Amino acid sequence: MQTKFRTFVGETHIDFMSKDKLALGLSLAVLVICLLSLLIRGLNLGLDFTGGTMIEAHYPEPVAIPAVREALSKAGFDDAQSQYFGTSSDILLRIPPREGLGAGDISKEVLAALKQVAGGEQVELKRVEFVGPQVGQELVENGGMAMLFALLGIMIYVAFRFEWKLALGTIAATVHDVVFTIGAFSLFQIEFDLTVLAAILAVIGYSVNDTVVVLDRIRENFRKMRRESVREIMNASINQTLTRTIITSFTVFLSVVVLLIFGGPIMRGFSIAMLMGVVVGTYSSIYIASAGALQLDIKREDLLPKAKEALDNRP
Amino acid sequence: MLNQYPWWKYLLIGLILLIGVIYALPNLFGENEAVQISPARAAVTVDRALYDRVEKTLKENNIPIKATELDTVQRRLLVRFQDPEAQLKAADLLRNTLGRDYVVALNLAPATPAFLRALGLRPMYYGLDLRGGVYFLMQVDMNAALKLAEETYVDDVRVLLRDEKIRYVTVDRAVGGGIRVSFKEATERDKALAALQQKLRNLQIGEIPDSLDLKLALSEQEIKEKRDLALQQNLTTLRNRINELGVSEPLIQRQGADRIIVQLPGVQDTARAKEILGATATLEFRLVDTDHDVREAETSGRAPVGSRLYRDRQGQPVLLQKRVMLTGDYIVDAASGLEQQDGQPAVFVTLDSTGAKRMEEGTKDNIGKPMAVVFIENKTETRLVEGESRKSSYKVEEVISVATIRDRLGKRFQITGLDTEEARNLALLLRAGALAAPVEIIEERTVGPSAGQENIDQGRRSALIAFLVIVGFMGYYYRNFGWLSGVALAFNVVLIIAVLSMLQATLTLPGIAGIVLTMGMAVDANVLIYERIREESRLGNTPQAAIHAGFERAFATILDSNITTLIAALLLFGLGSGPVRGFGITLSIGILTTMFTAVTVSRAMINYLYGGRRLEAIPV
Repeated sequence: MQTKFRTFVGETHIDFMSKDKLALGLSLAVLVICLLSLLIRGLNLGLDFTGGTMIEAHYPEPVAIPAVREALSKAGFDDAQSQYFGTSSDILLRIPPREGLGAGDISKEVLAALKQVAGGEQVELKRVEFVGPQVGQELVENGGMAMLFALLGIMIYVAFRFEWKLALGTIAATVHDVVFTIGAFSLFQIEFDLTVLAAILAVIGYSVNDTVVVLDRIRENFRKMRRESVREIMNASINQTLTRTIITSFTVFLSVVVLLIFGGPIMRGFSIAMLMGVVVGTYSSIYIASAGALQLDIKREDLLPKAKEALDNRP
Repeated sequence: MLNQYPWWKYLLIGLILLIGVIYALPNLFGENEAVQISPARAAVTVDRALYDRVEKTLKENNIPIKATELDTVQRRLLVRFQDPEAQLKAADLLRNTLGRDYVVALNLAPATPAFLRALGLRPMYYGLDLRGGVYFLMQVDMNAALKLAEETYVDDVRVLLRDEKIRYVTVDRAVGGGIRVSFKEATERDKALAALQQKLRNLQIGEIPDSLDLKLALSEQEIKEKRDLALQQNLTTLRNRINELGVSEPLIQRQGADRIIVQLPGVQDTARAKEILGATATLEFRLVDTDHDVREAETSGRAPVGSRLYRDRQGQPVLLQKRVMLTGDYIVDAASGLEQQDGQPAVFVTLDSTGAKRMEEGTKDNIGKPMAVVFIENKTETRLVEGESRKSSYKVEEVISVATIRDRLGKRFQITGLDTEEARNLALLLRAGALAAPVEIIEERTVGPSAGQENIDQGRRSALIAFLVIVGFMGYYYRNFGWLSGVALAFNVVLIIAVLSMLQATLTLPGIAGIVLTMGMAVDANVLIYERIREESRLGNTPQAAIHAGFERAFATILDSNITTLIAALLLFGLGSGPVRGFGITLSIGILTTMFTAVTVSRAMINYLYGGRRLEAIPV
């Protein structure tokens, strides 16, 4: 009596581990590109980290960016960057930190300048953000610390629940995802602000979540499959969790795409980072974590002594 | 029998869900435009008389009221309106009629029905990015606070040495901090040392080698106390000033050792808010130096010993004694009004008893002599010099009035010589108290009301669409069990909203993103379980056994994967302020509720619907 399941993938028997060298090589190559880009191009850091003023303004009618630039330049804001924000009647201005002017003065002067644009008497300031240089510096430090602690905390948890080689593999996979995501922001010079950093922390959580499921199965199979080689066990575990990995990634992917489309421009950077994180995270939990542990020469004995859970008792 | 819960388990789960629904309920009713009236001073009452007066005023002016609520515990009156137009009209009208005794603030009051409010239930607290308003992060200039403390000690030391008849050369603040007292003779220094050690015990006294000078320094303990005091005083002062601004639900909070967070929901005029918050103003009362010629001092550019050259508002020079008769710290109240005799604008100042005593002593021998009021404003700014930020603070000192002391001044007196607007502003600044140390705004985020509403709409829309898409997919892929996980997901969202409402944690736009993300990740638990059930079934287990094994075996995995995500989510709390923290909050709450709904609630539903029966096939 076999139930027919509705499925995309079905049962698979793919030999993932035969490609482990290839996958590791590919990942290394991409990581090198990401790191190089980070070194050379750096990140397009947002206002949260650089300090400065950001102003979002709304015109009742579509407005031409050159006209806005001209008006701003007349008012002495030559260094202001302006761009459309969502629609052609919304603009976003970025003004670097400047001497002697507080946020209030800047927004007042900018508002006056924006009113000079033809048809701009009704312009409305929707959002003003001012970040002092010292706050930006702190956010960079806190962000870095938060990421480090997240990685450390997860590593300790995985080492405690599983085993240190798997923990290292997990962290390798997670670092891989983080570097990849940040690297992509550097490569494409997408603005990196606080929400993106938040997304990256979420990616860390998500990526590990994904990996842990595979690890769980690897541990279980080490106890169940006594005759097979380590490589075979890894393969079997990945294949058995493959549907779950794909389905879960898909539902998270769906929710992130919805955010990207409907969440508005403020959440755009966040959604892009999450989107990349989900895709890379799925790949890395299949390959990097287990292949990494394999490289570290993980053995059956590494996982067996702690086998106190009643996982072997089939009902 | 497999897959059956005892009745009490269903009851317990049902009960938890019911509580969740009740707590989430207030979020369904939206908000009313309202005007909130609260007393400006402790002595003013909020009672039935005020209620009647407000209702009568509004009725006479044909402004329709939706409801009026008197809250004698929180001492406020809330008037709800149908539309923003009525709200604005009413606020203007009430400000005029009620006068200075009451603060009239615009407010968006939750339209929670009375029976829910009676249970203490409230809707979620929206962050500034959703409701509009201003967020300030202010840095208190602690160096200035310490400098002030040292300056006070300089005076104390002078007075002490003079009283003890010890001859000294100078007493001044030392360059690198601390106070330096220099002497001509060693015997005088030793006498001073003994006197200082006895009388000013808080100071650490040391000798400066190769000189006859003494160095006095504040102890670590006292420095810490001064810092705490400066911050505390700033908090109090900001609170008072914000009351003057008329904001309905302000948040003023200490952050770390030297920072203050101020959130003003609904405030749009940030320029005015900042003017009032940022300025630190104080007054000094000094006697005018009548023994020397002002013009001589001005042309030579040097003030005589014991005096200093100031300027008044018109830029005219005024020569004042260096000794401060009284500082603004002793002011307990200040009000602007018109002087009775000639109808000039005036500020009526009330001092505390110490201040009154000092004022009395200072003025009793000087009747008939002119006294000046010096208005001092401390401003701080951060400049970028060669890529580095450097902070500089500067003082603007201005003589705002010179008046002849007509009588011995005591607890109450008045300052004239200002125009109406100036009198009003000065009174406001004085009443709110002088800030102990200058503050600087180092971060500001303003969101307009329309932008806030847009963010709410976008957030809601995203959440709804994500929900439909995910549930649709789950339903398609896992059929009946998939739809059940959809029901569990709905409960999950209800529980997240309930917990947020219960904790009154701040919901922000990234917070909503956290909820959307939670939806995507929550079904993971169901996916794990269902995949496991399918697997067990493929291995040849009966449907009931497969369901049972699926739930049992997936649980450890679900726990592990959720705990690791929780670790990352909790670290988001350390990330900056406001909006992003909101993401950490909803993500963390979401993980916890997911553990409950996706595992326990799903299982209860499946047990109830399918447990203990013969199943031909698994509905998954």
